[in-house]
Amino acid sequence: MKRTAFWAALAIACGIGVAMPAQAGTTFDAVKARGILNCGVHTGLAGFGAPDDKGEWAGLDVDVCRAVAAAMFGDAKKVKYVPLTTQQRFTALQSGEIDMLSRNTTVTSQRDTELGMNFGPFNFYDGQGFLISKKLSKVKSAKDLKGATICVLPGTTTELNLTDYFRANKMNFKPVVIEKQDELAAAFFAGRCDAITSDSSQLASIRSAQAPKPEDYTLLPDLISKEPFAPAVRHGDDQWFDLVKWSVYAMFEAEEKGVGSANIDSLKGGSDPTIKRLLGETPGLGKALGVNEDWAYQIVKQVGNYGESFDRNVGANSKLKLPRGLNSLWNQGGLMYSPPVR
Amino acid sequence: MSDNASHAPKTASEIASHVEEPSQAELHTHRRNAFAALGWARENLFSSIPNTILTILSVTLLVWAVPPLLDWMLLKATFLSEDPAACREAGGACWSFVTVKHRFILFGLYPYDEHWRPLLAMGLFIAALAVSCDSRFWNKRILYVWALALPLCGLLMWGGWFGLTFVPNDKWGGLPLTLILATLGIVLAFPLSVLLALGRRSDMPAIRAICVGYIETVRGVPLVSVLFMASIMFPLFLPEGVTIDKLLRAQLGIMLFTAAYLAEAVRGGLQALPKGQYEAADALGLSYWQKTRLIILPQALRLVIPPIVNQFISCFKDTSLVIIIGLYDLLTTAKTALADPSWRAFYVESYVFAALIYFLFCFFMSRYSQYLERRLNAGLKR
Repeated sequence: MKRTAFWAALAIACGIGVAMPAQAGTTFDAVKARGILNCGVHTGLAGFGAPDDKGEWAGLDVDVCRAVAAAMFGDAKKVKYVPLTTQQRFTALQSGEIDMLSRNTTVTSQRDTELGMNFGPFNFYDGQGFLISKKLSKVKSAKDLKGATICVLPGTTTELNLTDYFRANKMNFKPVVIEKQDELAAAFFAGRCDAITSDSSQLASIRSAQAPKPEDYTLLPDLISKEPFAPAVRHGDDQWFDLVKWSVYAMFEAEEKGVGSANIDSLKGGSDPTIKRLLGETPGLGKALGVNEDWAYQIVKQVGNYGESFDRNVGANSKLKLPRGLNSLWNQGGLMYSPPVR
Repeated sequence: MSDNASHAPKTASEIASHVEEPSQAELHTHRRNAFAALGWARENLFSSIPNTILTILSVTLLVWAVPPLLDWMLLKATFLSEDPAACREAGGACWSFVTVKHRFILFGLYPYDEHWRPLLAMGLFIAALAVSCDSRFWNKRILYVWALALPLCGLLMWGGWFGLTFVPNDKWGGLPLTLILATLGIVLAFPLSVLLALGRRSDMPAIRAICVGYIETVRGVPLVSVLFMASIMFPLFLPEGVTIDKLLRAQLGIMLFTAAYLAEAVRGGLQALPKGQYEAADALGLSYWQKTRLIILPQALRLVIPPIVNQFISCFKDTSLVIIIGLYDLLTTAKTALADPSWRAFYVESYVFAALIYFLFCFFMSRYSQYLERRLNAGLKR
């Protein structure tokens, strides 16, 4: 009797937790019907996706979620953030727990094919770099690091890239491996190694956060790996993929045309055809995507263009102070390029 | 010894070096007590050569370790400044990290303006737990207390009624989440574990096989893998679009895991009871359930309080493993608070703060179990 009651209670408890959303057709329709976007983000990576002191999400990747919500619903706040660990992220996308993944995920061919994902436009180009003390004035590039002791996280692609790079250049080095990022950085700043290696965005954040005097340390110009980050969706719904893709492109295009959240209203009724299309004054684009005609206007108004998002989260106006570098627009020496929004 | 004690210590390090010495009390007493203290010290601290060496070593260790620690923790520490630069300047512990981030660490992603709700719910929860510890409530009243407290907590946390905005449980975090996971895990696991233990000693082969199989399987895998299965493998088996709440998955995982371990502790108690107790109960003509409820369990459970509490404490701390499935329990929020680049250097403070909270709860549990043991065994003493 007791046992029956227990199992009955358990069954009810399970029943409450099982959500059966009306996900009859595609992701696009499901998101529209639900009225909120389930977006997978990092559990806490400054500048890309992390809750602030008040528990509000912010970051470059988070802005992609907000842009898609702005395009879909005209409201950038209609996002449910699903914080995911590195191991969870692909399963969450495959199983339908999230509609899109925007979590500084490096695009690789295996992920694109075998894991069944479609990657949108690259929204950040990272690469593995080296941080050294300025006291090593002779070291001007990574090639000068012959025989150096180098701090590195064990068991990561970072470590493999490092070994590959030194082997390819026929140089030797002494690795200092420490499991925890914070302790690794502390060891470097205590002078236990000549250089520390990691993704360059990571190194910049380590320098600003943990260096006793950040100005005493410098990033070497060489990047020894390619780490392009992009938002991803599941295979199988091209309409949804299109919306994610063009939401990001609209942010690039807006920056290129000098359209920002502050001046967008003053540009209404202008004559530039590209800006007119971006503001939804020339109809057609919204209908083709299946959303309102003012979709791009809402993105720029509520989230900002790519440059604004970059400055706010990782660039000059943020704590990370990353240079634009590869992430500048194509006409300013970078790689950010949007096909024409027309 | 007595020479040192006779004049007042002047520096922090001198005070520190005396803290552990038993003669500290005499600082405030008359000189004639010094002889007694000398005698005490000779007997307890310098009674033999190894003992003397140990005393000297411990005192040296304390003198070496305590002053820098105090220096770091208190004297050079920064408490209120909201600027991380001030912390670096001072060079000591940066408790202002905790001052700035405590609300995030304690409540996680819960909407900032509604933090009073988890605070109140937590207060209620702890009050209900405290009441449950009081033996005067060990009857039907305890059911009323929980029947009132649990829905109220749920109402506060979820909201959606009486003008409270709805907060979905994926936004719960921090200490309330840890308490919920641990308490519900323990409370639900306990009855299940008793059933499992009884089943393992049952005469019915099918039930025994199921119970043995379950206990051995679960005990054979680490909790991390159970949580991993629940959060990563399990969703792949469900039809697309059907999701089971992440919190519920973790809660069930913790409960099922704890139950298997507890079952073995309970079985120890069942086996420790003299056979005469079982036979006497049978001779009275009691049914199986009457016998178990009235004779066996009250005695068996009393015997195994220490291992049970051990398991409770370990369950409480194990909840921190939900970090791997992206739930914001207390340890995860402490870690996530560090994502802020300007405060990232102060990870020690963050973890010390979290450790302190864990310690408070675990210490309370172990003290309470000692009290409980004394109380329940009072009848056995002569």
